[in-house]
Amino acid sequence: MIKIASSEITPEHIYLNRRKFMVGAGSIAGALALAACGKADAPAASAPAAASQSTLKTPLTAFPKATLDHAEPYASKAQDELGNKLNKYDEITNYNNYYEFTTDKEGVNPLSEGFTTTPWKVEVSGLVNNPKTYDVDDMLKKFTQEERIYRLRCVEAWSMVIPWVGFKIADLLKEVDPKSEAKFLKFTSVMRPEEMPGQQTGMLNWPYVEGLRIDEAMNPLAIFATGMYGKPLLAANGAPFRLITPWKYGFKGIKAIVKIELVDTQPVSAWMNAASNEYGFYANVNPEVDHPRWSQATERRVGALGHIPTLKFNGYEQEVASLYAGMDLKANY
Amino acid sequence: MDTLRQKLNKHWLWIVVNLAALTPLVLLLWNFWTDNMGADPVAYITKKTGQSAIILLGLSLACTPINSMFGFRRVLTVRKSLGLYAFLYAALHLLNFVGLDYGFNFNYIFADAVLTKRYMLVGLSAFLILLPLAITSTKGWMKRLGRDWKRLHKLAYAAGVLAVLHYLWLVKLDLTWPLIYATILGVLLFLRVSHVRKFISRFQRKPAASTKSATVRKVRPMITEG
Repeated sequence: MIKIASSEITPEHIYLNRRKFMVGAGSIAGALALAACGKADAPAASAPAAASQSTLKTPLTAFPKATLDHAEPYASKAQDELGNKLNKYDEITNYNNYYEFTTDKEGVNPLSEGFTTTPWKVEVSGLVNNPKTYDVDDMLKKFTQEERIYRLRCVEAWSMVIPWVGFKIADLLKEVDPKSEAKFLKFTSVMRPEEMPGQQTGMLNWPYVEGLRIDEAMNPLAIFATGMYGKPLLAANGAPFRLITPWKYGFKGIKAIVKIELVDTQPVSAWMNAASNEYGFYANVNPEVDHPRWSQATERRVGALGHIPTLKFNGYEQEVASLYAGMDLKANY
Repeated sequence: MDTLRQKLNKHWLWIVVNLAALTPLVLLLWNFWTDNMGADPVAYITKKTGQSAIILLGLSLACTPINSMFGFRRVLTVRKSLGLYAFLYAALHLLNFVGLDYGFNFNYIFADAVLTKRYMLVGLSAFLILLPLAITSTKGWMKRLGRDWKRLHKLAYAAGVLAVLHYLWLVKLDLTWPLIYATILGVLLFLRVSHVRKFISRFQRKPAASTKSATVRKVRPMITEG
């Protein structure tokens, strides 16, 4: 692919302004995040730790504000916070597990090109004080869209590094105000067999269902993605609205969501339904817990040769490990 | 001396089989050269070499039943080539796994892949069966082994079963293709059961002996039209 600098597409003064704005926004967000860290922990111990960390690598909590109006694929950085190079736009849009269309990863994009994503409504209901139905366009305006450069680890032992654009699930939950009995979120994908040939087969129990514990959903890393590389999501990547939990295997990231219910019992996901001995509710990336089919100790970045070791919680251990303190991760796979 | 036409007439099946069997390899190289292997070239090579190996192995296993059912003896002349091509693609498949996929990092391979996963075990077993079959495919080995050669080469069926199992066990959900392969292999195995074979050959022999086919086949096919 030919690399085109965004300066070539956007008139330069706007481009420069935007850059200035985003750098500003980024550093403010970073400062706020660091301040938040300091407040939460014992200040004396955590302040130097946070400072030294930020000199070592970009703190994960500083996410630049993002828009979806880039004509060409745009990301603020060329790598994630661990120094992994981003996958190319073409790789991310042409290598998809999206069985609603086909089991052929390269076949998803061509098959999903005509998929209708506007208008799109998302119902948020169940154990909430303010049940609401959102239009995706309204969500884009209402909730701050951020760029999130995340690793995506598929249970099939391949991975990518992807610059998503999206917003925190926590922001949405704040609005709908879950009742105290609400313990889990149950997500449901769109059911549209006439547009999704895979749904005409009985391969999985359609529509696709996934779930999260409410505290997992509240984790600042958990987002709803609306875009990728500064552009609206393609249907192949789950447009217009999908889940991203980067510390979990890719199949947790349910695509084309139309319903979010707050419930008090653990939802049964589509993959748990299909093979509960292979796919559990948690599906946290864990090199120490084997899958009957694929070893999870190593992975291969799509487009690269050779394997690399898989990191616990996909490298987000610091951010999410506390969610599972005291849990047997082998039993809760 | 044979004319070109006579040569073609004599060797057409051999030519068709060789061209067909080399096509996947040529396509792979072409797509590599033109950078047209999709988002994940390693996965692409894995898929194409595996697919080719399994299909060619199936075709080589089909030769004997095709001959005994339809009396199409010429098919036996390409059985060995088909088997060797199957081995070639299986070897490329394994080499791709070890080299391009795992970057020859045997620590990773042995720690997490081959020894714990059943689809890996059967896949590797299939290759380890094909290896001696490929080595002993020469005329010299055929003579040296005598009757044992035939016994040894019946293991090709075991390799076929293991290869299909390998495919069946690695697929996550959509079993359509593995089951198609399994069905075809099942039919081929069924046709090799001695009772079935005798039953079929009873139908075959009689008309074959009484008509021209048996005698004509021994003679070189003649060119009749101008």
